Amino acid sequence: MIEYALNFGFFALSLAVLLNLWRLFRGPSLMDRVLAVDTMVINTIALIILFGIQQRTTVFFEAALLFAMFGFISTVAYCRFILRGDVIE
Amino acid sequence: MEFILELVVSVLIVLGGLFALIGSFGMVKLPDLLTRLHAPTKATTLGVGGALIASMVFFAGLEGRLSIHEVLITAFLFLTAPISAHFIAKAHLHEHPELCEDLPETGRALGWSTFERLPDNDEPEEEDPRRASHH
Repeated sequence: MIEYALNFGFFALSLAVLLNLWRLFRGPSLMDRVLAVDTMVINTIALIILFGIQQRTTVFFEAALLFAMFGFISTVAYCRFILRGDVIE
Repeated sequence: MEFILELVVSVLIVLGGLFALIGSFGMVKLPDLLTRLHAPTKATTLGVGGALIASMVFFAGLEGRLSIHEVLITAFLFLTAPISAHFIAKAHLHEHPELCEDLPETGRALGWSTFERLPDNDEPEEEDPRRASHH
């Protein structure tokens, strides 16, 4: 039963990433693209976790945690660059 | 017992996937950025949350090893999602000043999206070339 649920989860999350990619290419404003990348990172975290359940290993949690940190920091750095013209003042 | 655990894990995975899909669909469908900000937060809290709880139940109940990593990821995402949404909204207002016209007065010289100078910046005012070129 978990296999079927996992297949559905992979399908839904892949579709979600495709929708994010559509928003990333379409825009129209700069912040739309930043938001699209931010959401894509979150969907990728969910994909990594589901992959960990499928492979029955906990190795991938570190990757998911790194993705979470990297996505947050890149979003905040980009927004700060737009707001202040500098990342670290 | 094992059947119930499998059922719980499956339902949580399906719910998480559905919420992530709905969040991304909302981001494509909604008309402008400030409404679009609303949709992906559902994906963050419920989509990833569902997947993480499913993984916790799976490894603790069916594989027999307790893993706490998931709580770390959940806590980190719950802490950072509002901050990044706030930053995105501020940067959007900064890029489109005409959106601030309907908002009430801020009560200071600067508008909604611009921060004041840092308080310990007491040296005589010089035009910062980087900032001047940016605006």
